[in-house]
Amino acid sequence: MLLITCPHCGPRDESEFSYGGARRIWPDHDANLDQTETAMQDWHQTLYLSSTPSNPSNPSGPLTEIWYHGGGCECWVEIIRNTKDHSISNRQKGHAS
Amino acid sequence: MGNKRWPAIIATPEMRSSYDTVIIGGGGHGLATAHYLAKNHGITDVAVLEGSWIGGGNTARNTTIVRSDYLLNASFGLKNFALKLWGELSQELNFNLMYEPRGYVDLAHSDGELEHFTIRANAMRLGGASVEILTGQALQDCVPELDLNSAARFPVAGALFQPAGGVIRHDAVAWGFARKASQAGIHIFQKTPVTKINITKDKVNSVDTPQGRINCRQVFISVAGASNQVASLAGLDLPIHSINVQAFVTEPVKPALKTVVNYNAGLSYISQTAKGEFVLGGASDGYNSFARRGSFARIEDVLARALQMFPFLSRLRLMRHWSGTADISMDGNAIIGQLPIDGLSINCGWGYAGFKATPAVGHQMAELLANNATPDLIKPFTYDRFANGAEIDDAGAGPYPWHH
Repeated sequence: MLLITCPHCGPRDESEFSYGGARRIWPDHDANLDQTETAMQDWHQTLYLSSTPSNPSNPSGPLTEIWYHGGGCECWVEIIRNTKDHSISNRQKGHAS
Repeated sequence: MGNKRWPAIIATPEMRSSYDTVIIGGGGHGLATAHYLAKNHGITDVAVLEGSWIGGGNTARNTTIVRSDYLLNASFGLKNFALKLWGELSQELNFNLMYEPRGYVDLAHSDGELEHFTIRANAMRLGGASVEILTGQALQDCVPELDLNSAARFPVAGALFQPAGGVIRHDAVAWGFARKASQAGIHIFQKTPVTKINITKDKVNSVDTPQGRINCRQVFISVAGASNQVASLAGLDLPIHSINVQAFVTEPVKPALKTVVNYNAGLSYISQTAKGEFVLGGASDGYNSFARRGSFARIEDVLARALQMFPFLSRLRLMRHWSGTADISMDGNAIIGQLPIDGLSINCGWGYAGFKATPAVGHQMAELLANNATPDLIKPFTYDRFANGAEIDDAGAGPYPWHH
């Protein structure tokens, strides 16, 4: 059972949250996908693979990831969790969207 | 004392410096591939490298269920082919896999859901499978202990019933394939993790292990939960996430349940072993994990749903509980076939659906490795389908692996 510290609500049970997966950095939303091959590749990379080399999407180790606190403040919360032992080593501020 | 005359199941040969084919991963899929390479294609210049030990991974951590009730042709075809092979394998391997086709019952909890199950049943019939939709007394007769009468939050509207579905002794699958492959002359090395995959000019030429380098013509990766880590040795990123899946066994009691039953409002699947224990499993824990340690929320969830089906289970105690690291892809279906590096192929992304497909994957991958061409049954499961928009999404859940 995870105890996730929400920056707004304090430490809360995992059951109050929905998982959002690895923190992703999205490509340019205005890029014209029909005209640029690289834009397509960027979106494929972000959506399906690791959005940045510094945060691989499925590491055996620390993962920067987001959780939606639907049972609380209804904000997305970003944490760093070690996937090997579920320890949460670092808590950052929640972010909107 | 003990079983002194029992020989070791697999040989412990000296590692050679070169093999034609290296299979990374001595799980069911890798060992089945080795077996069919020898049996169907006469190829035995093969090394299977297992980082841990045979029977220590997901092949012996699942809930032993086999079935082929899938809607999409690609998903159904491979698993239904596997069902046919399961029926032959105890003879072929000379190892009792205890395949018991006791029937698989998939419960629907609303008329709408039962409609959707009917679509799936019809798709299966078109593919040649025997399947029925059961309601009312027919369902009660099929599963006499199933509670259809109590007031329930999610009442049972009916069920999809596949008679050929059932259970198989899963550790025997690992050992049976390993023994047969070993007898055929294929070398299996336990405690032999691959530390490097060496590539020159986009072509694989060798792998490194703590016991030395192995030169080879081709490498097949089949390592389930460790797929991202092993593929990264070849510089590849995969659309795969590793999740934790839990299973439970109760104390043994007299026979009370013949079929395998799956509860769909949430997820909880249950069968009773020949020894009398109930084996239960459920959905993944819902987030990336390599911990092999489950959350209590999922335990409660699986058991609560099991009680909805079979209230008498409340009086049983759990004897054992364990979990495994399953690899699940962005559309919930496997990735099988060649990779963009010459001589490198992969089988991964099975999530919690991989065990039932074991012999079919082995059969088809052996054909691919022997002929350097992708057989029809696994053609849809390409590595590049996510870039091309050709996902095989049975659940329609989108690129969220923990939802599949």
